Amino acid sequence: MVETALVDWSRLQFALTAGYHWLFVPLTLGLAIIVATMETIYVVKGDEFWKKVTKFWMKLFAINFAVGIATGIILEFQFGTNWSNYSWFVGDIFGAPLAIEGIFAFFMEATFFAVMFFGWEKVSKRFHLAATWLTGIGAAISAVWILIANAWMQHPVGMEFNPDTVRHEMVDFWGLVLNPVAISKFFHSVFSGWMTGAIFVIGISCWYLLKKRETRFALASIRVATIVGIIGTLAVMVSGDSSGVHAAKYQPMKLAAAEGLEDGGTRAPFSIVPGVEVPGVLSILATHDLDGYVPGINNLLDGYTAPDGEVVLSAEEKMARGKVAIEAFKQYREYKDTDPTLAAEARARLKENIDYFGYGYIDSREELVPPVNLIYWAFRVMVGLGGFLLLLMGVVLWTERRNRLKDMRWLQWIALLSIPLVYLAGQAGWIVAEVGRQPWVIQDLLPVKAAVSSVSVGAVQTTFFLFVAIFTLFLVIELRIMFKAIKKGPNVEIE
Amino acid sequence: MKSFILSIYRFYADGFRNMTWGRQLWWLILLKVIILFAVLRAFFFTPTLSGKSEEQRIEHVGNELINK
Repeated sequence: MVETALVDWSRLQFALTAGYHWLFVPLTLGLAIIVATMETIYVVKGDEFWKKVTKFWMKLFAINFAVGIATGIILEFQFGTNWSNYSWFVGDIFGAPLAIEGIFAFFMEATFFAVMFFGWEKVSKRFHLAATWLTGIGAAISAVWILIANAWMQHPVGMEFNPDTVRHEMVDFWGLVLNPVAISKFFHSVFSGWMTGAIFVIGISCWYLLKKRETRFALASIRVATIVGIIGTLAVMVSGDSSGVHAAKYQPMKLAAAEGLEDGGTRAPFSIVPGVEVPGVLSILATHDLDGYVPGINNLLDGYTAPDGEVVLSAEEKMARGKVAIEAFKQYREYKDTDPTLAAEARARLKENIDYFGYGYIDSREELVPPVNLIYWAFRVMVGLGGFLLLLMGVVLWTERRNRLKDMRWLQWIALLSIPLVYLAGQAGWIVAEVGRQPWVIQDLLPVKAAVSSVSVGAVQTTFFLFVAIFTLFLVIELRIMFKAIKKGPNVEIE
Repeated sequence: MKSFILSIYRFYADGFRNMTWGRQLWWLILLKVIILFAVLRAFFFTPTLSGKSEEQRIEHVGNELINK
């Protein structure tokens, strides 16, 4: 038996580290595109003002990058120590994308990042511009590999379990890379980064407007950021729609929990807040069909036959097949060196039931339901804030174009105070994605309690609090350096 | 080829030498890497399967998955 405390502390530690890492990544992704756009304007117009605008935001980009760098490595430490069963079980499926990401990110960043900062006076304008764009593109591409690995856990494809090595082996590389969940997750994550970068630039620029300094710089920055941010937000909505369809297909319990949908059906309603529902909208969102069938939590636990004839087993039937799979795995290991016939039979039974392997570790049907309230509200925070920020960017752009923004202090305040909101939206999104798939580390194949290593709870607690201390320290340092740079300002004009 | 490598070296060397505000960021990165690898990785995050042969790892994880 696995201690619940060990699983909970290991999960909490991973969530803390991943959440901290995600403070820096979206700003890197978004600011890189904004900076590249600004530099493009500089190169096209040849106006030195835009060079200074670019250089200022590039400085904040570097500060964020420096503090965020390597925070993701801690996650890999945890895979080896706290999640060793998982790390071995997933085999090269998880390792290969992470290795590609590491090598790719290193070379892209070491070269183009250096040209971005050291090359202003040493390379041509166009070469420098190319380096700036390639830094942004490189950051997005390195996110591809991480998200391919993450998407595989949400919807495992392109692999086969080998009971001899106790690992999953890749049988279809392109199936893994072109996993539909990976594609929508990539666009959703990267474009949410554009939103983060845009709100950050708009908020800081509005601070200058509130202080009545650097007005031309602030308004020019806002113009670029709002356009990038609005494009990003619209793309987040499109990719979010496709994420919803994928959740309905591959992780229906996550969708049911995010909606607090106990009993599903056709023309399923979308819950805005508890007690306020819009009929049929959930069916449209999940299946793009008003008459589409969306199972609820109870349907998924009891089993059901969908209108298209697809039969979904009950929780108990899946658990029984999972136990058969684990027993077959055990027998295969016992007989493989002594009785080839019995070993072959056990292997065949394992293969037949492998899709339910993880259910063999589940003791009760309740374990299959993720924390509904948390996911329900996290989803509403994410969507609600996304809508609010889109509206904000629209209003800011509209007022800026009409030359009214610089006198609207209330709007400047809202924009400034919205900076933490975009981070909150991003974190809420990851809560929906990651808490929503509980109890699974790998959907249907491995629950968290089987994935965790047999280490002491005390050791995980110690490192957890160590991380809290280190992360807080680095965050304070970053904010101090960042605030100092902002306070100093770009010094690009005489008002 | 030699001059190409030399010019790349000079590019980086000059860049680091002429840094102003970037210097403290590099110190920060260095400090972080030391904490991550020399402290956390070395003392707190020893991989559970380290020191085991391939066969022992297979045996260990196999038993874990059967007995959990």
